[in-house]
Amino acid sequence: MKKNVIEVKNLEKYYEVSGGFFSRNKDIVKAVDDISFEIPFGESLGLVGQSGCGKTTTARALCLLDPKTGGDVKFYNNETENMQNIDNLEDEELKKFRRNIQMIFQDPYESLNPRWTIKDIILEPLNIHNIGDLQDREEAVVEILKTVGLTPASNYLPRYPHELSGGQRQRVSIARTLIMKPKFVVCDEPTSMLDVSIRISIMDLMLNLAKDLEVSYLYITHDLAVARYMCNRIAVMFNGKIVEIAETEELLNNPIHPYTKRLISSIPVPDPSYDRKVYDVNYDELDAIIAKHGTDNPMVDIGNEHYISTHDVKGLI
Amino acid sequence: MNENIEQDLQKQLRKEAIRRNWNLFRQSKLGMIGLYIVIFFLFLALLQPFLFITGIWNKGVYDPVVGYEAIKDTLLVVECPKEYPTEKYESMKDCPGPGELNVKRLYLAPGVEVGDYYETFIQPAPPSSRHLLGTDSLGRDVFSQIMEGSQVAFVLGLLSATLGVGISTILGTIAAFFGGRVDAYLMRQSDLILMLPSLPLLFIISAFAELKVWHLAIVLGVLGGLGGSVITIKSQALQVKVKPFVDSARITGGSRWRIMFSHVLPNVAPLALLFMVFSVTGAIASESVLSFLGLLNIDMSWGIMIYLSQTDGFIFSGLEFWWLILPAGLAVTLLAGGFYLVGRGLDDVFNPRLRKR
Ligand SMILES: Nc1ncnc2c1ncn2[C@@H]1O[C@H](COP(=O)(O)OP(=O)(O)OP(=O)(O)O)[C@@H](O)[C@H]1O
Ligand SMILES: [Mg+2]
Repeated sequence: MKKNVIEVKNLEKYYEVSGGFFSRNKDIVKAVDDISFEIPFGESLGLVGQSGCGKTTTARALCLLDPKTGGDVKFYNNETENMQNIDNLEDEELKKFRRNIQMIFQDPYESLNPRWTIKDIILEPLNIHNIGDLQDREEAVVEILKTVGLTPASNYLPRYPHELSGGQRQRVSIARTLIMKPKFVVCDEPTSMLDVSIRISIMDLMLNLAKDLEVSYLYITHDLAVARYMCNRIAVMFNGKIVEIAETEELLNNPIHPYTKRLISSIPVPDPSYDRKVYDVNYDELDAIIAKHGTDNPMVDIGNEHYISTHDVKGLI
Repeated sequence: MNENIEQDLQKQLRKEAIRRNWNLFRQSKLGMIGLYIVIFFLFLALLQPFLFITGIWNKGVYDPVVGYEAIKDTLLVVECPKEYPTEKYESMKDCPGPGELNVKRLYLAPGVEVGDYYETFIQPAPPSSRHLLGTDSLGRDVFSQIMEGSQVAFVLGLLSATLGVGISTILGTIAAFFGGRVDAYLMRQSDLILMLPSLPLLFIISAFAELKVWHLAIVLGVLGGLGGSVITIKSQALQVKVKPFVDSARITGGSRWRIMFSHVLPNVAPLALLFMVFSVTGAIASESVLSFLGLLNIDMSWGIMIYLSQTDGFIFSGLEFWWLILPAGLAVTLLAGGFYLVGRGLDDVFNPRLRKR
């Protein structure tokens, strides 16, 4: 059996928004509504969906940036070799969890402190966790800069973020993220703000590092092609719910859920003569599944580890 | 070896950054004018001790508070006629003419007759080569007083601004970070201080305590530091607080204090510096007003100079004794305005939104 690095069960994040200054009643926004998934060691899951479907909210809840409002998140504890709930971690265990989880942000212009040098930025995690003596730390920084392809290191260490290009900054972000050798990294559209020409090199870098360091990614994107390039499995998210989750090729070749079909049909193809399979978006297959399993069970397995949500989405898509 | 290269590069990059910012500042005409004014007054402030130490100026003569020099003049004693016009004088205003003295003013000096020459001291004396801006009614050098006033203005302005900005930066950051009750308390306190009219408050304080320069600096600094600038700094800190690099530090496990001091403070510092420059202006202006009203216990300052010219009755005498009023008044206006203009120039440097391509 595969060991999971993270297991998410029925995760919920609701926001209360007041209905205006004079109104008493509060509306509830279900940003993330009852989603479950797990990621095995060394594998990556793509989280795909349109803007506003709750991808960032999921990521922030996993990293303990914002408190979730329901559900369980369990993380692998490499000492007890058990899955451990991240809710009530105390001092040492919380520290260990924080060492093993990191996040790469979308905007390389905002994710590095503009008043710090590259050296200080990359050193920060080591300083926070007080790892090694000063010389060890500096050597680690030089080493990781080499790994992410910023050489010679001495050329970059004393610089400030605004003196680097977008691609170089994202490399610095990756270096900062990986210097602690975390087991799990959440990537929130790390290449969407980059030039198309450097996107692929950053993605290759991340893939290579994942292999070398045995990192698992939760890779958030709205681009199925990117998810296909980066991930073993893909989860399609819609309106705060995961509507379909399967191995990458299985999902792309055999989409069931109407939303997934719509998403695949909308991938732009650079070659106009290429005869792409265009799915007609219909509810037939989903209806058949719902008829068979009922809507009590939120996710049903249709074989090949391919799960479909039975949630009624008619009129929403 | 590697270390050395790195340090050299660091120095080089720092120099470059300074040059870049300097070039940005230089593009602001107002900022440069302000800078020249501030440098001019700084030069004046530093020139006075230099003149005393090198002995070019004698303390007995040029000391702004206790210096004295008698400037003698010989006047012809005349008697003004009762009816005008006469041959010599067209109207009452022309008597006594230049170099003359009405005999009636000499009732305390018996034995002086019309037609005699009378030796007298002129105070305040008009500008001359020995006293570039003349002397005041006590025979003290006005130029030296202006220099002394410049020192007072710099000490007071910079001291109170530093104190005020230090307080408001720390409180604003704390309010942004801790939110809740701490924030509510600090904001209400700011509102209160904003509403308090600060001049009347200073009147009351001066009634209870002798206000010296550095007392005033502390009072102005604390009032400024607790006032509206806390609100502005807080809003800036709130903006920085939600930046991804702060999230990134939080995920790694950075403590609240660590994030506050090493991430947020450096990013609100430019705004704080801007505030500081602007509050120097306020401090200089307040000092003049309080001195003019005679509420400060200061030996010499620009405000005191204007105050003295008023109590001695010269302020309403038109421009006849201009050197008693104009230099001090201009100095206050110019230096306060100069700091303000420097602030405008710095604004261009710190506010990328306003940057021209
Ligand atoms: N603080 C908040 N208060 C209320 N609603 C929120 C809040 N944050 C997010 N939401 C709502 O939650 C939903 C999901 O937002 P989220 O940022 O997770 O979307 P996303 O999938 O990351 O979109 P994008 O691709 O544009 O980044 C949105 O409808 C948003 O309006
Ligand atoms: Mg997002």
